[in-house]
Amino acid sequence: MIKSEWFFWLVGAVFLVMAVQMLFDRTNPKRHGTAAFWGLLGACFFYSTWVNEKSLPAEPLGIAVLVLICIGGFNLTGKGKPETTSEEERAGLAARFGGKLFIPALTIPLVAMVCAVLVAKWKIGGTPILEKGSETILGLGLGAIVALGVGMWVLRERRVSVPLHAGRGLLESMGWALLLPQLLAVLGAIFQAAGVGDQVRKLTESILPDGQKLAAVALYCAGMFVFTVIMGNAFAAFPVMTAAVGWPVLIEQMNGDPAAVLAVGMLAGFCGTLCTPMAANFNIVPAALLELKDQYGPIKAQAPTAVALLGCNIAIIYFFAF
Amino acid sequence: MIVLLGVLVVVLGFATRRNPLLVVGVAGIVTGLLGKLSPVEILRTFGESFASSRSVTIFAITLPVIGLLERNGLQQQARTLIGKLGTKLTTGRFLTLYLLLRQLTAAVGLQTIGGPAQSVRPMIAPMAEAAAERRFGHLPAVTGNGGRLPEKVREKVRSHAAGTDTVGLFFGEDCFLAIGSILLITGLVNSTYHTHLEPLHLALWAIPSAVCAFFVHGGRLLRLDRKLERELVTANAEMTVAREDAQRGTQEGEATK
Repeated sequence: MIKSEWFFWLVGAVFLVMAVQMLFDRTNPKRHGTAAFWGLLGACFFYSTWVNEKSLPAEPLGIAVLVLICIGGFNLTGKGKPETTSEEERAGLAARFGGKLFIPALTIPLVAMVCAVLVAKWKIGGTPILEKGSETILGLGLGAIVALGVGMWVLRERRVSVPLHAGRGLLESMGWALLLPQLLAVLGAIFQAAGVGDQVRKLTESILPDGQKLAAVALYCAGMFVFTVIMGNAFAAFPVMTAAVGWPVLIEQMNGDPAAVLAVGMLAGFCGTLCTPMAANFNIVPAALLELKDQYGPIKAQAPTAVALLGCNIAIIYFFAF
Repeated sequence: MIVLLGVLVVVLGFATRRNPLLVVGVAGIVTGLLGKLSPVEILRTFGESFASSRSVTIFAITLPVIGLLERNGLQQQARTLIGKLGTKLTTGRFLTLYLLLRQLTAAVGLQTIGGPAQSVRPMIAPMAEAAAERRFGHLPAVTGNGGRLPEKVREKVRSHAAGTDTVGLFFGEDCFLAIGSILLITGLVNSTYHTHLEPLHLALWAIPSAVCAFFVHGGRLLRLDRKLERELVTANAEMTVAREDAQRGTQEGEATK
């Protein structure tokens, strides 16, 4: 049986290998901080296995997470200039390989889908090949490995170090932002442990008339929208609104389908992202890149769509999730 | 009630643009202390929830192959593909087609082939402008401006080029199961509420909204052509009035001379 933990070890190992590459990259002015960040993250991926099994204490991992927060939060990470191809070389290579370049990229979702739908049902001697409950995640991992093989074959690339260096370049340019979604999930768990969910539920129950499904759905979606506009980030709004309305009211009290409520609720938050200057990288940076006089031009172009889609999302949850 | 101050820390932290990692760390510690957890319990919660939410970060495993493809010209090839589409279309139709393409590619995990720097500035904005110039090139508001669109109209076209890219990305990427938002939902719910959600189910539930987004935004883009025409006609009328005023001015000047 292929276990999901093996896959987490693979991801951890990739982080560790890339951390070693970073450590020796003298073009990166902050190479020690960068290597420490990704190396520690890789080590945490291994250690977590035994925390989940409850054979090692969780407290050291908590300390490590706080150290990661400090390294990233106080800007101790940076990026180097990994050796890569120039714009002209890339144009030449694109002309040479043409549409073949899309094949490896499409392999990832294809393999992931096949694993989740087909391979998930396969069994050897009564035990399923893929660990139960992790089929999609394992499919993604297998997809990425197969795609890498296909890519190296299609592009006639023999050295594994080339994709590893290229991937490290992407990792460095995304930086600590790559860890933010996971830390927001951690924050959600802390909210729950500290009783934030209970408090907000009491609050919303006192506001919401009993059993008013439409009002509850609208409150969840509009809350995602408003919190996202204020914070500039739907990911940050999600733990708050889900603890307040999504989970306790829509899913537990009204028996909504969790996948539908939460997936569409997140998209209601994305409608907020389309309307807020706080989401600078999506709304303000393009205006600067396009040399627009009105820096709110993209927001003005997006806002009517966002409001209409907020309505669509409310309708989708109301009609299909219950 | 006092634990709600933790939520306030998050809202204030993000709204005042502090480093998001520090906001999350401080909010977590503050909320834990307000909720009467001991420091050791807070550390344990940090550790346990990190261990059970690792699936959120695993999309990093796709970076080597994406990096390999990008250094071999993936983005350039995507540009060539778009370039072939947009030679005979109106601005609105071209942007609608780009919206569809951006949604479809994002839905299979190719979020990085588009974007304001990768595609909008070098490709989409110039092509959308060129389409409008081709269509309205005979109007004096354009010919009088050296064949370029008047500033206000040009801004509008470029804003819509950027907006289309963002809408296409947002309402396409969630149909891909290994995107941060989908993994955040499963990671959060599975570690907080101790249930089991599959990323694939969430990704499938993103499809209805994606379809709505295509029709809503695509419909607006198709109406954009008419809107641009109306604005250019107004600009024309304004120019004519301005020119007549100027002529009258010179005539009056000559009369008083």
